[in-house]
Amino acid sequence: MVPLSWYLILSAVLFCLGVSAFLLKRNIITIFMAIELMLNAVNLSFIAFANYLGKLSGHVFVFFVMVVAAAEAAVGLAIIIAIYRTRETLNVDRVNLLKL
Amino acid sequence: MMPQILFLFFAAICVAGAINLVLQRHPINSALSLVVVMASLAALYLLLGAEFVGAVQVIVYAGAIMVLFVFVIMLLNAGAEEQSEGSRIALWIGGPGVAVFAGVLMWLVTRGDDAIGKAKVGGMISSGDNTHNVASLLFKEFLLPFEVTSVLILIAIMGAVVLASRKES
Repeated sequence: MVPLSWYLILSAVLFCLGVSAFLLKRNIITIFMAIELMLNAVNLSFIAFANYLGKLSGHVFVFFVMVVAAAEAAVGLAIIIAIYRTRETLNVDRVNLLKL
Repeated sequence: MMPQILFLFFAAICVAGAINLVLQRHPINSALSLVVVMASLAALYLLLGAEFVGAVQVIVYAGAIMVLFVFVIMLLNAGAEEQSEGSRIALWIGGPGVAVFAGVLMWLVTRGDDAIGKAKVGGMISSGDNTHNVASLLFKEFLLPFEVTSVLILIAIMGAVVLASRKES
């Protein structure tokens, strides 16, 4: 039996690494991958708490999170392709049309 | 003893993959490290008795979603990212900030003065087939959210097709 806090610590570490990748990376595709990493970290704590509480609702929630992540990836990557077509770059610093 | 060893092994792979995702300059290397993270997370789900979610993690996340990412990276021929002034400021201020945030989260879950700090998890959580139990929950209690999700997927497909299609004009 593994302590629940180990899973929560791993989840926190993965989430924080996802946040730092989101803040540090300049490539728009890598920023999207950082979002996926954060969603995965949250999924891990869902599953750990589902096991702790002895209920399967957490599994169903993880299923919904995966579905939303898949939809988000499909739409987001389509947006990235559209941005690349108009701006010819993947660097978020150069996509500054709305900046003052 | 065995579950702890397995947990530490896969957790180490997980964290190493996530750190590699942050450090790599080229998006394809970041994508492959994310596949490593997702595969080891699937092993951790199996340790927690979530067979269905572990299988879906490998098939949908490590399979479908990451293939989509790699496909777009190849399609756009994305090269190594450029450093800019803003990202160096983010490194010096954001790095310690994220470390402090992680420390606070770890302190919160390891205080040990409540049930969560002392709890131990692992093994199966319900008798019988995990997939069967998840399915009966999904199609009985969560039927409406499930149906709404299918509408969401349909809208996402149509949105992706509209956004990515080339305008002929």
